[in-house]
Amino acid sequence: MAFWSTFSRREDTRLGRAAAGRSLWKDAWARLRANYAAMASAAFLVLLILACVFGPAVAPHDYRQQFQDYTKVPASLTPYPEAGSEAAALAEALGDVEIVDYGFAPLAEDAVPEGTPPTESPVGRITLHLSGSGIDRSLAESVSALPRFADAALTETAADGRSGTLTADVLEPDIILDSLNRALRRARVDLVNYAVAGDRITIDVASARTVDPRIAEFVARSDLFENATSMIAPDGMSAAISADIVSELFLFGTDTNGRDLLARTLVAGRISLTIGLLASVVALVLGIGYGAVAGYFGGRTDMLMMRVVDILYSLPFIFFVILLIVFFGRSVVLMFVAVGAVEWLDMARIVRGQTLAIKRHEYVEAAQALGVGTGGILRRHVVPNLLGTVVVYVTLVVPKVILLESFLSFLSLGVNEPLTSWGVLISEGSRNLQGAPWLLVFPTLFLVATLFALNFVGDGLRDALDPKDR
Amino acid sequence: MARYILRRLAIAIPTLFIIVSISFFLMRVAPGGPFSRERPLDPTVLANIERAYHLSDPLFLQYLRYLGNLLRGDLGPSFVFRDFTVQDLFRTGLPASIQLGAWALLISVVLGVVLGVIAALYQNRTVDYAVIGTAAIGITIPSFVVAPVLSLVIGVWLDWLPTGGWGQGAWQYKVLPIATLALPQVAIIARLTRGSMIEALRSNHVRTARAYGLPTRSVVVVHSLRGAILPVVSYLGPAAAGLVTGSVVVEEIFTVPGIGRYFVQAALGRDYTLVMGTVVVIAVFILLFNLVVDLLYALIDPRIRYD
Repeated sequence: MAFWSTFSRREDTRLGRAAAGRSLWKDAWARLRANYAAMASAAFLVLLILACVFGPAVAPHDYRQQFQDYTKVPASLTPYPEAGSEAAALAEALGDVEIVDYGFAPLAEDAVPEGTPPTESPVGRITLHLSGSGIDRSLAESVSALPRFADAALTETAADGRSGTLTADVLEPDIILDSLNRALRRARVDLVNYAVAGDRITIDVASARTVDPRIAEFVARSDLFENATSMIAPDGMSAAISADIVSELFLFGTDTNGRDLLARTLVAGRISLTIGLLASVVALVLGIGYGAVAGYFGGRTDMLMMRVVDILYSLPFIFFVILLIVFFGRSVVLMFVAVGAVEWLDMARIVRGQTLAIKRHEYVEAAQALGVGTGGILRRHVVPNLLGTVVVYVTLVVPKVILLESFLSFLSLGVNEPLTSWGVLISEGSRNLQGAPWLLVFPTLFLVATLFALNFVGDGLRDALDPKDR
Repeated sequence: MARYILRRLAIAIPTLFIIVSISFFLMRVAPGGPFSRERPLDPTVLANIERAYHLSDPLFLQYLRYLGNLLRGDLGPSFVFRDFTVQDLFRTGLPASIQLGAWALLISVVLGVVLGVIAALYQNRTVDYAVIGTAAIGITIPSFVVAPVLSLVIGVWLDWLPTGGWGQGAWQYKVLPIATLALPQVAIIARLTRGSMIEALRSNHVRTARAYGLPTRSVVVVHSLRGAILPVVSYLGPAAAGLVTGSVVVEEIFTVPGIGRYFVQAALGRDYTLVMGTVVVIAVFILLFNLVVDLLYALIDPRIRYD
């Protein structure tokens, strides 16, 4: 008796808890919350979507803006031009010693001895004013060891060793010299030397003819300099220009047209995710409608409708999508309609199978007995009960669609410039893989991370909504 | 069995007919034609060319003529690759595509099944996690990323294999395309096999076989794998379609002269006959392959009867 009473009491409490009410959805939600991989992936996706929606507005540059002086610059955490300058390369080798300012004088072309290989001939000599502790000969050695410098020497040292001057041959032009040369060539003047102190650059130029009075504008036109002012010598044959150095931050580097890859990757994510979602909605609506009708009516209707699906299934669909896009022009709308039209077949099959099972339930029979119309039963009873299966399937369709879109973009059948998608960026990146690997790395990371996360969320949802399938 | 094959073929023919019709009319609704250029041709010249190719006839007449030619096995002349018929192009292109596809399929089935079985036997151990992790990566990284990276690392940096071309079909030229094609399929098949194998290893008849003291190899290969391989077999149909899709990208990147590459060029150049030819050939291939897969299914699982 005691045994039975404990048993029934336990049964009672269990019933009592059940009476508190835990709907199927609540139950599924609890199971999903326990799945850390799925929850982390979902959080990642939310962050990614926020970044793609609001990121381009916050990002330092517009995704269409082209920086002619910054084409294909590598990803960097420090802003340009500092990141690509000789001073930055030297600062690393100098350690604690600080560069107060530096000057650069190009080597006249005829000064290079003939027969020197171009890689070994210096482009000019850099002079640095240093301050800090422990300035000694070893600094010159570590500078000479750098690949872009040679022949470094400490020319002056203060007695206390807290300041000094170091000079070195520069073997490769840096980003400042490059854009300066470009600007000055347009102005038809020659560079004598330039000096950089903080954010200010002073440039001395000379010319065989009179210097163009608009010389400051020529310099300011470069992406690197602004607020340029010029002082032309009385004889008009030389001038001194001073300008502010503009720093630009390219966290992901820039593409072949000098556009910020960070902004482009985020904008591309917008397009890829939008196409993924919209195409899945197209597939969802078509698939649920078709599958539910076929399954609910059954018999000859079902057979006919499913035969059509079978036939469509054996079409080489990717070719039709390619045909559609090639022939009717590339547009975002056509893209997701075409992709959605491919993906609805699976959905229709799954929904039909589920409907066949659902329509045998008593509540459907009860609704029929109450005289509810077919449309009403489908809307009120069949479709809501399909949702679990469908939600799971949609999370697996979205990555497929994103992949398909990238695939089409890769064949240059994607969205038009200047708009972009991950597929377009990846295709650009794979063409520049050798010189600029970051162009492939960042879009691929975003795409793959998204696909991973979506798959985890999908698997998690399936486990949560359909525990018997585990 | 024979009746089943006949019935399937009877369904395949109207399917093929529908495919041909859809693609024929879809192509003709599109703006532009195979002879439209940025600098338009002289109208008389254009009219003469179009007459020569019967392009000035009423559309329906062209359609009937195409169907008639198709029945006789004539795919027509290519409009973009002048002086070549579509058959000529396929004679060179098809062997390349089929070789790549067949090798990729073979490798993915063998490697995928082996990896899947190993993962299942060592479930929740390091080997298992390694296989699952690699498979997840193989599935999510698209082939158009894998291909350029492979060609850079193995082709350029290590300089072991050529980065593109066909080289009269020397094996060195096929390794990278086949690897790229096979990678995602290996991953999917390994995952499928692992799932069904775990289930099979837990089933009653396998436990019985073990209880009888049968050697592990026979338990795994004969008693478990035979049932566990069914999902893999039914995946072969979609896998073949995936290889066709993948080969478009792979042939483009590795500049393999196959039909996938022709297709994109043909569609862009409005090469009506070549596009139609490719669609027909691939549709026939997929229909046949699906039939073979279904028959294979019955062969492995005697419970399935097609009568």
